[in-house]
Amino acid sequence: MNKPQVYPIAMRLVHWLMAALILSLLFVGLSMVSSLGPWQYTLLQWHKIAGVVALFAVLLRVALRLSSRTPALPNAIPKWQQAIAKLTHLAFYALLLLMPLSGYLMQNAAGRPLSVFGVSLPSIIATDLAWYGAFRELHAWLSIALILLIILHISAALYHGLIRRDGVLRSMIKH
Amino acid sequence: MRYGALLAIIAAIIAAFVYAASDKRQPVSAQDFVNLQQGDVIQQGFRRAHANGFCVSGEFIASGALAEYSSATVFQTGRHPFIGRFSVAGNNPTAPDVKAPVRSLALTLLPDSAAQWRTAMNTPPVLPVGTPEKFYQQLQAIKNNTIAEFFAAHPESAAFLQWRASYQPTQSYATEQYHSINAFYLINNAGQQQAVRWAAVPSAASETLSSDSQHDSQQEPAVTDSLQQELFTRLAQGPVTFDLVFTLATANDNASDATVLWPATNPQRIAGQLVITAANEQKGHQCDALNFDPLVLPAGIQPSEDPILRARAAAYAESHRRRAREVLLESLTGNNSAKGAGDE
Ligand code: HEM
Ligand code: HEM
Repeated sequence: MNKPQVYPIAMRLVHWLMAALILSLLFVGLSMVSSLGPWQYTLLQWHKIAGVVALFAVLLRVALRLSSRTPALPNAIPKWQQAIAKLTHLAFYALLLLMPLSGYLMQNAAGRPLSVFGVSLPSIIATDLAWYGAFRELHAWLSIALILLIILHISAALYHGLIRRDGVLRSMIKH
Repeated sequence: MRYGALLAIIAAIIAAFVYAASDKRQPVSAQDFVNLQQGDVIQQGFRRAHANGFCVSGEFIASGALAEYSSATVFQTGRHPFIGRFSVAGNNPTAPDVKAPVRSLALTLLPDSAAQWRTAMNTPPVLPVGTPEKFYQQLQAIKNNTIAEFFAAHPESAAFLQWRASYQPTQSYATEQYHSINAFYLINNAGQQQAVRWAAVPSAASETLSSDSQHDSQQEPAVTDSLQQELFTRLAQGPVTFDLVFTLATANDNASDATVLWPATNPQRIAGQLVITAANEQKGHQCDALNFDPLVLPAGIQPSEDPILRARAAAYAESHRRRAREVLLESLTGNNSAKGAGDE
């Protein structure tokens, strides 16, 4: 099959918009859980809305990924590195689904109502302290996994862009 | 050179995450606060503050008197269910409730609705200090037995001290008055806002607690839950009711300062009547799973800028997280040690 050189424009756009969204969700999430500051309330409201938006963005992204032809990694890259790249991409999709899902279910288990842009969202699970504990811990621990993955991902992208200059970084930027 | 740039960028990203995750960015974090509140002996599975308490439930019969000030469902004429919790301040779930200096009533109204409203109210009408940092220092001063010096150094505590001097604890949760303390804004359909505070005002006549039961009496040692037992007995005779009374701020009142009492001449409205019909031990019942975070507000109610009010959500969430984790671990390991006195 004839592979393109770069990711399709729709995927590049979604990639960078999501990168900005996920990074801000992570920074806001980390700051708000320790802050007693007056803006904590506003940040938390934003976090929940943006988190639900992220869930839909990830679903869109998965649909795009499955329906698009994406560039292959250059042949010069060793097979084991290619396998790791595939694996981290898969892990990204898994974490990006589990983060908003655990956030959503944590709100359900805490018995807290959830509305996004005036639309009230249904509670999928009942109010329960142990389940709240499970999703609250998942949300925190998965966020650490996601951060580590992002650092690995950025390191690899910059390694390709700055050191190897093999077009891998460009494939997500432009022609 | 290019390796240098690569390493510098990665190091900067890692540093940014570490900084955001650190709870040392601020003088007092939610974690610091809850660490201080929970004390040296951790009561597994219990709230880090107001640990001794129990669940109640009932209906709020809204009069409609607040409908012109707020679009919230809970103020529209009708009957709205609630889950509540009576408690006393303190981190020990087995400390004698009758001896606690502060008693509380927390409510989650319309629990199954998008228009849910939570409030956690205490017996004092004002706070001694106005910021979370000073409140933290106050708790430290209590711990270090330097509270007299602390109050002397904080003249804003005058209204609180005056209240404390005149306060007579009663013999029942049903005969206390519980205050929102912090101010909120009501928002009506036209978008107009009105700053308010509220209080649950008891319908039952009170009898002051004999000084014996408050202080160590030789004959009868105080028990963990004499106030709780009293309320259970009282409920067996019929519902326990409170009026939910709102005080409206005037142009002279500052909604962001909970250390100052608003004048008694301010207009008041009775939003409706709280009718408590049932009570249960906290463990295994609905109120235990809830965190009565006063910033869970429906459309039609908004928080004021009061820094104490704004600080409450993160601290309550941290306490909620800790006890939920303990209850989760206990349910996974089948270890019942965390269940304590309130268990059935
Ligand atoms: C991709 C989406 C999301 C990301 C990356 C994300 C990230 C985070 C992070 C890093 C934290 C701090 C965790 C900690 O350090 O303990 C956090 C906390 C939180 N998140 Fe999310 N989140 C996402 C989606 C959501 C959603 C959809 C909701 C709810 C609708 C949500 C609700 C919360 C809440 C309530 C907290 C604070 C919990 C507390 O104060 O105890 N999040 N989030
Ligand atoms: C910075 C100020 C405050 C902090 C840090 C704080 C902290 C806490 C914490 C950690 C809890 C336990 C939450 C849980 O695990 O569910 C709690 C409970 C409670 N707080 Fe506060 N609090 C503050 C101010 C206030 C004020 C001003 C009031 C009264 C108006 C109040 C009334 C209550 C009540 C009634 C409860 C018990 C709620 C229940 O029954 O679950 N608190 N507080």
